[in-house]
Amino acid sequence: MTQAVATPTRAARLATGSRARARSERSVVSIVVLTLYLLFLLVPIYWLVNMSLKTNAEILGGFSLWPRNPTLANYETILTDPSWYMGYVNSLIYVVLNTLISVTVALPAAYAFSRYSFLGDKHLFFWLLTNRMAPPAVFALPFFQLYSSVGLFDTHIAVALAHCLFNVPLAVWILEGFMRGVPREIDETAYIDGYSFPRFFIRIFMPLIASGIGVAAFFCFMFSWVELLLSRTLTSVNAKPIAATMTRTVSASGLDWGVLAAAGVLTIIPGALVIWFVRNYIAKGFALGRV
Amino acid sequence: MKPVNNRAWFLVLPVLVLVAFSAVIPLMTVVNYSVQDTFGDNEFFWNGIYWFDDLLHSERMWQALGRQILFSAIVLAIEVPLGVFIALHMSKKGAWASACLVVMALPLLIPFNVVGTIWQIFGRPDIGLLGHTLASLGLDYNYTRDILDAWVTIVVMDVWHWTSLIALLAYAGLRSIPDAYYQAAKIDQASRWAVFRYIELPKMRGVLVIAILLRFMDSFMIYTEPFVVTGGGPGNATTFLSIDLVKMALGQFDLGPAAAFSIMYFLVILLVSWAFYTVMTNLDREEGPR
Repeated sequence: MTQAVATPTRAARLATGSRARARSERSVVSIVVLTLYLLFLLVPIYWLVNMSLKTNAEILGGFSLWPRNPTLANYETILTDPSWYMGYVNSLIYVVLNTLISVTVALPAAYAFSRYSFLGDKHLFFWLLTNRMAPPAVFALPFFQLYSSVGLFDTHIAVALAHCLFNVPLAVWILEGFMRGVPREIDETAYIDGYSFPRFFIRIFMPLIASGIGVAAFFCFMFSWVELLLSRTLTSVNAKPIAATMTRTVSASGLDWGVLAAAGVLTIIPGALVIWFVRNYIAKGFALGRV
Repeated sequence: MKPVNNRAWFLVLPVLVLVAFSAVIPLMTVVNYSVQDTFGDNEFFWNGIYWFDDLLHSERMWQALGRQILFSAIVLAIEVPLGVFIALHMSKKGAWASACLVVMALPLLIPFNVVGTIWQIFGRPDIGLLGHTLASLGLDYNYTRDILDAWVTIVVMDVWHWTSLIALLAYAGLRSIPDAYYQAAKIDQASRWAVFRYIELPKMRGVLVIAILLRFMDSFMIYTEPFVVTGGGPGNATTFLSIDLVKMALGQFDLGPAAAFSIMYFLVILLVSWAFYTVMTNLDREEGPR
């Protein structure tokens, strides 16, 4: 570029000028396209928020683009009724449990996959992937029977373990992607300095891939949080997740749209809160650490 | 080359045990049921391949499979070009780019059933913005009664939900292109199309393959979103494979047919996973360690 500019001819300068104009036109088009797309994404969410701020009478009584008398009554209903807010507590308990289990077991495994080749490593890696891809519908019935037979039905740990089916492979793949970026010389230097493996791993290696651990944890959290089929199948009362509480409201007669919308808004909040921190890693996480 | 060390197995062991518990044991139950029949009371007897044979001649399964393939095809045909198109229009850095990333990721992080709920409300003719607007335009739109409306709603919902995934991956691929490539193209007076065709598309190939495979897999096992919106109806018009399977397994408790169904389903997934894995490892080899 600099060389091209260094000896500008008149024609070249003209061409650059017209191209700069073309570029600014293009950036206007870009902004329009993106704005339209973002609107498309946001309008349905806005509508949910809009609904959540209305009373049921207002929702059914007439059509309005924004709440005439904004009210937090729907949120109040949810946050004061144990059968509602316990749904959130249950969901959070098994999601956190699952994230802890998944990341803990995935860390050493990802290290093994990224640093060594061993008997059957490729097959094992592939087998893990198939579990990430397995349809939960296939596992719903066997899980139900398995966890019933060992007496874990309707407990948080059952859902946490069931979600390990797709979250452990996910965590292994994401962490392996991050660990490959760490030069192997660091391991070797640490061993020469007399570090034992556990001490090296916790004191030196984990801080180096801290962002990777964060991203893996975030994705485990998210995928466990958004999943409904398995968590609903494996619970009835004590560990019933918020998602299942919501579907039950849908099937009941005379359903309360306002409360349903408010419950939906509250489930979006955890993701919305942390999304800023992982914005640059979202693609990497969804692509299993492969971008 | 990575050093060979079979003791690395000890590091993998926890994962192996855990995933074996949550994947292999349940799968074995399924295999077990798929070759047996029962008259209740936990008494099972050997049934051979009867269920599989039955399944292959079952109209219901073929129809669900057909709907599933149609759905995945439509969704991919819309989301992939649209996602790439959006990614091409995103700026490289700055606050605007970050804001776009955050808003675009938002639908990806919403629980599946809430996605369903959002569109269920949004599309209702009486209280939803979309349904109301269409109704006031004089269109007879009702996703619970009309088959076409139900399909359109579910496809638009999926586009809303997942196009951002393709866009984000394509964007990540675009950002990895060094500026020097664009400068060289500028010197050569390359057209916008040529830049896309010969610089951006080849550089995006890797992420796009991943994106397409991910979208195919996830759309192929979609359950919650259409279930919440239409419940598989009207009639069976939006009963996809997973919905049909859950209906069979947990609704009617037809263990044998459901198990045979599961195994067929799983084999398809296995096949696609294998394609996915081959592509990924090839890409890794091309790019080398980073």
